[in-house]
Amino acid sequence: MSATMEKGVRVLKEVIDSRIASYFSSCVHCGICADACLFYTETGDPKYTPIHKLEPLRRVYEQEYTLFGKLGKLIGWSKAVTDAELAEWQELVYNSCTLCGRCSVVCPVGNDIVYMVRKLREGMSASGNAPDGLKGAVTRTVTIGSPMGIKLPAVKAQIKHVEADYGLKVPLDMEGADYLVMLSSMEIINFPEYLGAIGKIMHSVGKTWTLSSEAFEATNAGMQIGNSDLARVIVTRIVDAAEKLKAKTVISPECGHAYTALRWEGANLIGRPFTFKVQHIIEVLGEFEAQGLLKTEGMETDKLTFHDPCQLARRGGVIKQQRVLMNKVAENFVEMPDAGFMNWCCGGGGGASAIEEGEELRLKAFAVKIRQFNAVKPDRLVTACANCRIVLEEGLEHYAMKLPVIGLTELVAEHLPEPK
Amino acid sequence: MDHLAFLTWVRGTGLDIALSLFVFGVLWRLIEIYGLGVKKDLSEPRAGEAASGWHTIWRRSFPQKEAMMKSPVTYAGGIIFHFGLAIVVLFFVPHILLIKDMFGFGWPGLPSQVIDLVTVVTMVAMILVLVDRLVKPVKRFLSTKADYITWVLTFMPLLTGWLAVQHLLLPYTLMLAIHILSVEILLIVLPFSKLFHAFTAFGSRWYNGEVNGHKGVAV
Ligand code: SF4
Ligand code: SF4
Repeated sequence: MSATMEKGVRVLKEVIDSRIASYFSSCVHCGICADACLFYTETGDPKYTPIHKLEPLRRVYEQEYTLFGKLGKLIGWSKAVTDAELAEWQELVYNSCTLCGRCSVVCPVGNDIVYMVRKLREGMSASGNAPDGLKGAVTRTVTIGSPMGIKLPAVKAQIKHVEADYGLKVPLDMEGADYLVMLSSMEIINFPEYLGAIGKIMHSVGKTWTLSSEAFEATNAGMQIGNSDLARVIVTRIVDAAEKLKAKTVISPECGHAYTALRWEGANLIGRPFTFKVQHIIEVLGEFEAQGLLKTEGMETDKLTFHDPCQLARRGGVIKQQRVLMNKVAENFVEMPDAGFMNWCCGGGGGASAIEEGEELRLKAFAVKIRQFNAVKPDRLVTACANCRIVLEEGLEHYAMKLPVIGLTELVAEHLPEPK
Repeated sequence: MDHLAFLTWVRGTGLDIALSLFVFGVLWRLIEIYGLGVKKDLSEPRAGEAASGWHTIWRRSFPQKEAMMKSPVTYAGGIIFHFGLAIVVLFFVPHILLIKDMFGFGWPGLPSQVIDLVTVVTMVAMILVLVDRLVKPVKRFLSTKADYITWVLTFMPLLTGWLAVQHLLLPYTLMLAIHILSVEILLIVLPFSKLFHAFTAFGSRWYNGEVNGHKGVAV
């Protein structure tokens, strides 16, 4: 066994807890989880059955933590997991799993499969079996500060543009602001409107906000690849900035996994509760709306539908707010089948969009989205995740479907009354 | 050994051995699994939603519409055979008498014609589920030898019990002895096979509901 392999197995042993033991002991091989996974439904290949993606982890569990497994290993009945097997499983654990969590909500015995995929990735990454695309993203986030290699000057340049275009000040490193706003690289490069929208909204509702020059990127490739040490480095950067600037709330950008990394994994990664709140921008907008602060005017009249990012809705618990906001600015808001809690993933979550080798499969799996769109035939598609947005645009292009994709925050900002 | 001696053995020594191994096995496995522990979640919980471990324990007993449509045999067959097993095990009068004998308390049973019907329905449901396992690509792909063995081990008590009551195939005494033996084998294997989901499914649902309830999502 190679040294990295040994490390991988050691890490797998460490991540196994009562939950994982209970889940593996409960599986009855009913196959119901397969029908929840877009990679199975769109390919029909049984190897994409969610529980099967965990086979290496199950074997380690059985051999290390069960009486008969240990005996079996001793007398040579069950063979240890090999490097080659882990390499083979890369496709199943990364390319064909977006950590969307649909499987976890249908399993009749209650197995939280996505919880286990996340843990298996720890061992995959420790044994060097993570995909190159993700490895690169992690290295760039840790060394440069963002997965797409964006540095502070790029952010500053964008601040300048936004200030000029929108005629408002974008605060940088302001102490004591109500909100510390995080971005995702994709927003910095592809969707500068997001930053402008935030500025307009904050101004309109009378809240103070700031960006930080030390932590502006919230995307956490460390979490996606399954390396908690690196995920911790990335989260710590944000925690340090938030505490230094004494921010009350950190706003996670329109990026699903950034939200999961910061909101749910963050405190566990650094080993202590946060001293500030973490909210997704849609939660913040929902709160403004509930408090009567969000004033809008005019309505979109074309037919709009909403794609729920998995990490925001099913995995994050933000399901109602986006609907309230949509109805506030759109006359003709229609829901796709399975929208909300059971929405289908765009196919690019969990780092999958960064994996080049996975593109073909991703596009194939996108057929489920096309079916959803065709069921309601919207004029435009609204979402709240920059990663979903790019993956959706690619998928739509591949299937030659003309459907513009927009971000909900920008849509809301467009309906703010003109400042006097 | 003649039939009566066989029956006496499975009713006495055999049952003692099986029950001891069963209790030991269950405790062993529960400690093996739940003794591993879980880490405390340090993230701030989302307040006040109707999501929890209890919720998930309840909700996963019923299929979701979408999943039900995609796997009707698994669901319908599964639900029928689980309920059927429970009814036959718990409401057949001789079973209740045995329980009363061992623990000193019992409850009213169901008429034997009803038990008869339920047994047949349960066996049919189990056969359907098995056929489904053999023809559905995903299920066949996931299935291991253990899945088929545990199916047989679960089916045998039903079949032999029914044959004994109907006085079919073998002399009653022998069939009854085989029936009891098949239950004993099932008891011994249960803790160390996937049949242990009879216990852990509740723990799994609890954990899943708890982790997601923390986020305010009712799974
Ligand atoms: S749905 Fe649950 S019990 Fe069925 S095969 Fe998948 S993990 Fe196992
Ligand atoms: S989390 Fe989503 S993509 Fe991953 S196995 Fe489950 S259903 Fe499939």
